[in-house]
Amino acid sequence: MIKTVCSRGKIVAKTGNEVMAEAMRQIEPDVVAAYPITPATEIVQIFSQFVADGIIKSEFVAVESEHSAMSTTIAASAAGARAMTATSSQGLSLMWEMLYIASGLRLPVVMAEVNRALSAPINIHGDQSDTMGARDSGWIQIYSENSQEAYDNMIQSIRIAEKAKLPAFVTTDGFIISHCMEVVEVYPDVDVKAFIGEYKPDRYLLDVKNPYTLGSIDLQDYYFEHRYQLAKAMTDAKDIILDVADDFKETFGREYGLYEKYMIDDAEIAIVVIGSVAGTSKVVVKELRKRGIKAGLLKIRVYRPFPSYQIAKDLKRIKAVAILDKADSCSGAFGPIYSDVAASLCSIGMVSSCPKIVNYVYGLGGREINTDHIFSIYEKLKKIVLGVENFSNKIEYINVRIK
Amino acid sequence: MINLRELSKNPERITSGHRLCAGCGAGIVARQVLIATGCIPVVVTSATGCLEVSTTIFPYTAWKTSFFHSAFENSAATCSGIEVAYKSLKAQKKIKEDIRFIAFGGDGGTYDIGFQSLSGAMERGHRMLYVCYNNEAYMNTGIQRSGATPKGAHTTTAPAGRVKQGKDQYRKDLTQIMVAHNIPYVAQSYIGNWNDLMQKVQKALAIDGPSFINVLTPCRLGWNYKVEDTMELARLAVETCIWPSYEVENGVYKINVEPKEKKPVVEFLKMQGRFRHLFKPENTYIIEEIQKNVDERWKILQFRAKIDYGA
Repeated sequence: MIKTVCSRGKIVAKTGNEVMAEAMRQIEPDVVAAYPITPATEIVQIFSQFVADGIIKSEFVAVESEHSAMSTTIAASAAGARAMTATSSQGLSLMWEMLYIASGLRLPVVMAEVNRALSAPINIHGDQSDTMGARDSGWIQIYSENSQEAYDNMIQSIRIAEKAKLPAFVTTDGFIISHCMEVVEVYPDVDVKAFIGEYKPDRYLLDVKNPYTLGSIDLQDYYFEHRYQLAKAMTDAKDIILDVADDFKETFGREYGLYEKYMIDDAEIAIVVIGSVAGTSKVVVKELRKRGIKAGLLKIRVYRPFPSYQIAKDLKRIKAVAILDKADSCSGAFGPIYSDVAASLCSIGMVSSCPKIVNYVYGLGGREINTDHIFSIYEKLKKIVLGVENFSNKIEYINVRIK
Repeated sequence: MINLRELSKNPERITSGHRLCAGCGAGIVARQVLIATGCIPVVVTSATGCLEVSTTIFPYTAWKTSFFHSAFENSAATCSGIEVAYKSLKAQKKIKEDIRFIAFGGDGGTYDIGFQSLSGAMERGHRMLYVCYNNEAYMNTGIQRSGATPKGAHTTTAPAGRVKQGKDQYRKDLTQIMVAHNIPYVAQSYIGNWNDLMQKVQKALAIDGPSFINVLTPCRLGWNYKVEDTMELARLAVETCIWPSYEVENGVYKINVEPKEKKPVVEFLKMQGRFRHLFKPENTYIIEEIQKNVDERWKILQFRAKIDYGA
């Protein structure tokens, strides 16, 4: 059961998609432009019903593609509106070009993203190939372990994006969270509205008394500075995210950081995860602790900006670490989270004494990952620490038939 | 009717000093369209292309209105996003002014890559005017064929060679496709007749709904003619009926410029380097085919313009 942490909150049973739509209702953005795609469709379906019933005054634009969804959302944001959208998988890939433009133009668009595998072969189930592919697009990326986090992250992301002047998306794992009914605490509308405040852009296209040009051609003499400013904004966003989390805790009672440490401080072996698999893994960690094994878990909440230094400091004294990727970068080397964590460990000068790290790829196309799989990972880490098994310098695939 | 005395009082909303070529039609279209808006505030969007890159070289801009560009294929979706934001902010009384919205796109950004975005925006009924400055090829990237390139024209991706004689296909009739969207106002116009274009712009902006104007816009470089002939060439397109000036208001056709004497299409073709190869004796049959096609299409248009829908 969930614990009420906000004295005025209400406990409800909702799916991930329903709570994301609920957050969007409470945020009541000026404009939402979206296109249907499994498994994210419900979010805008529910939202458009709110509009149709006159419950909220947002303008909903049912566009003819995800490219236009993102283009319209970007334009509405540039025009001075608070603008949101939702998508998944192929939809996100069709938006690709525009993702970079949203961040390059420093527009605080917020998107609900439901993680789903990318074609081909076509598959509608959850893995994180879609958003991992967008990792260099200049979007703040916040992942959720469950529906409660998805709801809380959506509310926080508005403040984060507008303060950082960066677009942000909040993800849930397709079907596992999006279609799974859970107990969620929702907060009163008035508190959510007060928390996010009113959007007041510094300048906007509809301010016709102060017209300006946005989207100029930017050549050798300016482009680099603008891209540098974007990269710096992403670095600076870490503090903004933490500030918003502090305020969120004070207002609603739930605590968030850039990542979550679960029994990590005295751990000898640990896994690094992102998304819903954290829930499964915590069960395993608890069981291992009961058996006297010093197992820990680090769950990344904010993948972009990547809390590089902080994560490296928390992992450096652990003897063996497994990094779980729900996406394969097909790089001939390692998965995306592994690459980030490994680079982070190197960057703090821990190359010689850093933990032995193993990269696992799991769950592609919605393939099951259960507690047995997680147990086997910790088992392997234990053996690596004892020196009875070598640690692999290539990706280990979980629950896949390999000849 | 528009009179010049009144027009001269309207503000110039695109400044000189932009980097468009001498003799470029795109700048003329943008200037005439914006002068026709008078004093009402407008927000302009543009597809990637000559007009956009030549007028917005950071940190400079030629636009005195708010101007927004984001990508190539989405000028219409972009304009619709701004229009929707306006509706929302106006309803919330955060904006007081009446504002109009104009999207520009070249033929590549309109006929081809931006076609879906345009169709979607028109179907959704946003109050916006889409102006295609149609120079009949991808000029910004160096004269590649588009869906708007006419049959027989030499471009760098449908070149005239030993076995091919420029573009094999007739162009897509985008104006008719826009008519099929059943939007309140669709027109074809051209530069070289400011009165025709500006009247159409004013008519379009007065309508509470979507409108589309397809403006034939000669490109000196891509069409390969003398710099000073831009206006003349556009007028010849209308006089030969290869590009008739007409409008369709709520489904009713009207030919706006009826040539006194329909000139042979050869008059239009011969002034341009892109058609030079058609004048080789072995290729003149292509000119005959083009003439036949122009005649047929002109007849169809005349027929449509004569339909009496009753009062």
